[in-house]
Amino acid sequence: MSELAHGAHPQGFAHQFEDIEQQRDAGRLGMWTFLVTEILFFGGMFTSYIIYRLLHLPSFVQGSHQLIVKFGATNTAVLIFSSLTMALAIRSAQTGKKKGTIIFWLILTMILGAAFIAIKLRFEWYRDWTEGLIPGVHWFYNGPHAPGVKMFMCFYFFMTGLHAIHMVVGLGILTVLVIMTARDKFSSEYYSPLEISGLYWHFVDIVWIFLFPLLYLIGGRY
Amino acid sequence: MSDHGEHGTHTEHIVPISTYLLVFLALMIGTGVTTWVAYIDLGKWNTVVALVIAFCKMILVVLFFMHVKYATGLTRVIIIAGFFWLGIMITLSCSDELTRTWEIVPQGWLGNGSMILPLLSRLF
Amino acid sequence: MSTAVAELHEAPTEPRVNYLNATYGIRSWLLTLDHKRIGLLYLGSITLMFFVGGMAAVLMRLHLTEPQGALFEPETYNKMFSTHGIIMVFFFLVPSIPATLGNFLIPLMIGARDVAFPRLNLMSWYIFITGASLALFATLSGGVDTGWTFYPPYSSTYSHTNVTIVALGVFVAGFSSILTGLNFIVTIHKMRAPGMTWFRLPLFIWALYATSLIFVLGTPVIAITLFLLGMERILHVGIFDPAVGGDPLLFQHLFWFYSHPAVYIMILPGMGVVSELITAFSRKKIFGYAFVAFSSLSIAIISFIVWGHHMFVTGQSIYAGLVFSVLSFLVAIPSAVKVFNWTATLYKGSISYEAPMLYALGFIGLFTIGGLTGLFLASLATDVHLNGTYFIVAHFHYVMVGGAVMAYMGGLHFWWPKITGRLYPDLWARIAAAIIFLGFNLTFFPQFVLGYLGMPRRYAIYPQEFQVLNVMSSAGASILGIGYVIPLIYLIWSMRYGPPAGPNPWGAKGLEWTIQSPPLTENFEKIPIVTEDAYNYGSGASSV
Repeated sequence: MSELAHGAHPQGFAHQFEDIEQQRDAGRLGMWTFLVTEILFFGGMFTSYIIYRLLHLPSFVQGSHQLIVKFGATNTAVLIFSSLTMALAIRSAQTGKKKGTIIFWLILTMILGAAFIAIKLRFEWYRDWTEGLIPGVHWFYNGPHAPGVKMFMCFYFFMTGLHAIHMVVGLGILTVLVIMTARDKFSSEYYSPLEISGLYWHFVDIVWIFLFPLLYLIGGRY
Repeated sequence: MSDHGEHGTHTEHIVPISTYLLVFLALMIGTGVTTWVAYIDLGKWNTVVALVIAFCKMILVVLFFMHVKYATGLTRVIIIAGFFWLGIMITLSCSDELTRTWEIVPQGWLGNGSMILPLLSRLF
Repeated sequence: MSTAVAELHEAPTEPRVNYLNATYGIRSWLLTLDHKRIGLLYLGSITLMFFVGGMAAVLMRLHLTEPQGALFEPETYNKMFSTHGIIMVFFFLVPSIPATLGNFLIPLMIGARDVAFPRLNLMSWYIFITGASLALFATLSGGVDTGWTFYPPYSSTYSHTNVTIVALGVFVAGFSSILTGLNFIVTIHKMRAPGMTWFRLPLFIWALYATSLIFVLGTPVIAITLFLLGMERILHVGIFDPAVGGDPLLFQHLFWFYSHPAVYIMILPGMGVVSELITAFSRKKIFGYAFVAFSSLSIAIISFIVWGHHMFVTGQSIYAGLVFSVLSFLVAIPSAVKVFNWTATLYKGSISYEAPMLYALGFIGLFTIGGLTGLFLASLATDVHLNGTYFIVAHFHYVMVGGAVMAYMGGLHFWWPKITGRLYPDLWARIAAAIIFLGFNLTFFPQFVLGYLGMPRRYAIYPQEFQVLNVMSSAGASILGIGYVIPLIYLIWSMRYGPPAGPNPWGAKGLEWTIQSPPLTENFEKIPIVTEDAYNYGSGASSV
């Protein structure tokens, strides 16, 4: 049993645990379990999407063509880049780099995340507003397959909306991490919050990796 | 010491920057190919190609960015369970939604037994 | 005097310092990180919700004493049964054993100082309170009349009641469940004491672990379902409207994907409690430990592939109906294994009949009836006749009240001395258990008959010929209500006036019985090293 004297525990140690390794394992297991709940959460949406797409493919093709591929693709690239910077932030902590380095990578990740949101808002959703493509809010699409296109656009907004909320929460988490890093909370021994926040961030990236082809590229663009 | 078999082997492994950069490159190429293929007429294979690439991208992010390549068996079981359960939800829901128009033709007591009896009689 | 009480050389005294008096003041409770205090916070909240939901039930049964309805307009009656269902399912049964007994006992039973994430644990409770408050507010300011199942198009388009707020309350409370389940999974995996291998764990832990799997895998889906419903109510875009390509059955698939496993969230912890009670009060180790443990896991897993049996008559395809029917028969098997194993445990045990044991025995009988009637409903042809009738109502009340609530009461009584350090008066407890058993059967057995005869559920009026059975059921309900009030009185009384319990008043096995009652805040002075299997009572002769 490793009951160390009180002051001998490493920083960040929580006393319900026996040692820092148990704490680290627990934190990781907890975050993975949480990500499973997120798989099922988004999964409900994906299930509904799959069913409606299989039943109403022409409408979904038409709906998908209302979206602009270059923005979707750019955003995919932005998020992939942000996953890289997040991984590098964690690696900096792992290898005992100065806190300035860690903060640099974290802030770069945040900038990329914010860029994602900005592109979405300014070039996609604002345009959907002016073109009347927001179901229930501002809808004056009168092209072919109107009811099915409306259904598709519902799913577009729900799925990208929920995803965007997760991004914003991620930005909040990153802010907290920057502050914690600035306050010397992390070292090469203890960087669990960075690591598990990284898992969350990568998960949000993965969701988008699937949203891009499933929403923007239905039926191809030829 | 607590009995936690998955003992600290995870974080000790530091992934080289070159690995991260290669994965990043692969992900970017995958994105580019997905977009490029969308403009080519492959019929229903467009979707297949896009999803296969997306799946590969996910595997890369999970294995390398999320360190699952160096993680414990328990972590892998958890991830697989999550996707398996999603699979249950999709499959069983589709078993209803996609079979609504299947016709059930009543066949009487013997039903396809009308094929079994002659078969049996040939055996004996 | 009960013969099961351990003989001690002197009367036990209450330990001077324990988790209840370690710190004082309301802030020390509202900001506590102690899993035991959080368990008590939940106990207070869900007891309140139980009596609110129970009040709705009492009013319903009073109304149904007359064929034309004795109390309400039909619209109000609809709100009554909806409120009863929503509160009882989401705000009482789902959290009951896990959040109260689970929170209190899991660290004690595995030899840990607390759960893995104490702050998440406290946050869970606050999230629960938020959701419950939203639901209560919506109930009091007009209520909801869609039934707890919220089916569209009624819930999305035609109902003029507070659907969105209640759905939001349930949505929020769902996160409380998810965090609790997450906490339990990590705690059980990572924080077991040295020597506490998986197969030495009490079966209560196995049951809660299986329950936590369901919390984590199922609850997110009800969240997204209610989100879609809320969006539909606000935006009116036709997500479930066939006229624009939607499908109301999609809602049902998503809803039941969670809600069926949810009923196993309600029963599995109860089964875990029963395993503890049967072994303690037969002084015998469980028959077939591994079978019971794996049955818990099997129930949790199979529970996810049977949900379509709620949709046999709502428009699901026959093909899917066949698939779900077969799978639903499968889920009965592990439950049956447990019943056989409990019975085999009783055989040649040294049995005593304190209140917790009465509840456990009641559970076995009533759960068996409830479970068997589930098979009638899993069978497609009979379900066509029985669906939408009181047969269903009787079935699920047998498993949820005759099963889960009885187990909850049994567990509450069994561990009450550990939680409070006091003994309750067992004579009153046994009287109350008998009243509950009697009242329950009088309430719900007639409903099997009513359902078979064709009385529909969720109707405010009924044909004259069903009145006798309805009045019987209502009479039973009033007896049942009295039965539930009696423990409220003597349990609260015992907190002040009950004699001190000592560490192990029942002479039971388990780490929680090796420490003082009430426990210290840090549970164990020294983390124990476990060397023996669970339920190490010996060969069956009485041994303490």
